[in-house]
Amino acid sequence: MFTWLKKPATETQISHGGRLWLYVISTIIMILLVTPTLIVIPMSFSDSLYLEFPPEVWSLRWYENYFGSYEWMLATRTSLIAAFLTMLVATPIGVIAAYGLHTSRVPFIRMAFVTMIMPMMVPVVLVAIGAFYAFVKLKILYTITGLVLAHTIMAVPLVLIVTGAALKSYDMNQENAARSLGAPRWKAFLTITLPQIRFAVVTSALLSFLTSFDEVVIAMFISGGDNPTLTRNMFNALRDQIDPTIAAISTIMIMITTLMVIAAQIFGRGK
Amino acid sequence: MSNTISTPDSHNATDGLNAKGLRQDEWLERLKLFGLSSPALILILVILVIPVGWLFYVSFIGADGSFSLENYERMIASKSYARIFKTTFQVSILTTILCILIGYPLAYFMSQLPSKLANLCMITVLLPFWTSLLVRTYAWLVLLQKKGLVNDWGISLGLWEDPIKFVHNLNGTLIGMVHIMLPFLILPTYGAMKAIDKDYLKAASNLGASPVRSFWTVFFPLTTPGLFAGSLMVFVLCLGFFVTPAVLGGGKVIMVSMKIVSNIELFVNWGAASALGVVLLVITIATLWIASRFLNLNNIAGGGH
Repeated sequence: MFTWLKKPATETQISHGGRLWLYVISTIIMILLVTPTLIVIPMSFSDSLYLEFPPEVWSLRWYENYFGSYEWMLATRTSLIAAFLTMLVATPIGVIAAYGLHTSRVPFIRMAFVTMIMPMMVPVVLVAIGAFYAFVKLKILYTITGLVLAHTIMAVPLVLIVTGAALKSYDMNQENAARSLGAPRWKAFLTITLPQIRFAVVTSALLSFLTSFDEVVIAMFISGGDNPTLTRNMFNALRDQIDPTIAAISTIMIMITTLMVIAAQIFGRGK
Repeated sequence: MSNTISTPDSHNATDGLNAKGLRQDEWLERLKLFGLSSPALILILVILVIPVGWLFYVSFIGADGSFSLENYERMIASKSYARIFKTTFQVSILTTILCILIGYPLAYFMSQLPSKLANLCMITVLLPFWTSLLVRTYAWLVLLQKKGLVNDWGISLGLWEDPIKFVHNLNGTLIGMVHIMLPFLILPTYGAMKAIDKDYLKAASNLGASPVRSFWTVFFPLTTPGLFAGSLMVFVLCLGFFVTPAVLGGGKVIMVSMKIVSNIELFVNWGAASALGVVLLVITIATLWIASRFLNLNNIAGGGH
């Protein structure tokens, strides 16, 4: 029982008892990290306006509220379409950008890299009002196109970092071998390199989807009209009062995220 | 297309003329490859760099449409702006400190578990990381409200009598923000802890150091790069945070980003909003720049994943 603990503290005999506090604190922290999110799920099936736990009377009324509402359905549709398209746009342009930066060895790579991860460092409010201004000029405010473009720049840094890390640990000589045997570069990339960095690419796609699906602040400014996002409507509803419908929507959002993560595991691994 | 190296003439590369041509070819090839990043670069240029540049310009335009510093002067003169900056720093620093106090022991605990158990515990850190930020903020709102679960249980267990105000104030904001920021601190710290060669600790103990002493003089210093990277990430993210303080702060905790939003949504004052945005951006970049003097920023980019 004491053996594994001896390793870090070595022969100085720090016992389980001696650091019981660490175990207690760590367990409490882990419970606190997970429960708040998970407890929303049973609460969403409560009949009460005050979201009891455990629910005294179970009911689906908040789900009925959600599925019966035109506004919520419209917002869900917008969010899902925008997230899916963001994934389809951000993943390829991020992956080829990572590949370009990795192989081209021009002097200004570092500057290009910093520029491309800027969306991650600039406060998101600034990105939001900047995009709002740009989209008014480009006449794509309140459109899905605008939403996808703005969310794409938020997702690109993540794709760049995840795929870039995979390319760093990948042996480029394999691709060079294919090219020396006569394959054009694009073919060598698609058939040799891409399958080997597949897990990173799938992770990038997942992150792109979630980035768009969860994004609130930019959507507050540039989505609306016929295309409000789910998060925008949720945020506005939260500012007014605690509407239990949000609990039902939260549960559905947790389900969608979980499904995406599981899908990424299946597609990415399974070698 | 990409046969720069295998041109027939490359045998006689000693020939000056050919060498020059080959070098040109190589440069062209490199530029072409670099061109692959142009879609992403152009998009970021059009949607982020140019508009932010425009905001920068607008921040120097006064109400009458001419060049003026009034947007910045107002920030210095007005007490309410000073309070907003104070709140922003207060919340960011407190969140960072709380994240360190909570995250470091947990990372330490996980780093010493057998890998299967550690992975299981890691799920508890990653699960919130994947879950929507808005959903988590909402969850805290529900749990901590006046008639929420925490108050219900606290009162029925006799811990306190009257409902405690956990949300719509600084407490609620801090609880929500620490919950959201914790993974950003734990992941790089955990990575640094895992990379430590355990023989150092054995050596320390062997030479007679007590467990506490070998922790503070050997283990802790080796984890500081990861801890710094994580803390910096948390601090910078906190500076620009909007959603959690807006929902859990209940209007009592006003951070810079919230003031920017209300300047535009309520007062349609782009000049004031832009000036605040420029100051926020400068503070963020300055923090990152100062930090980059002391540590390798790649740790941060890589640490989050």
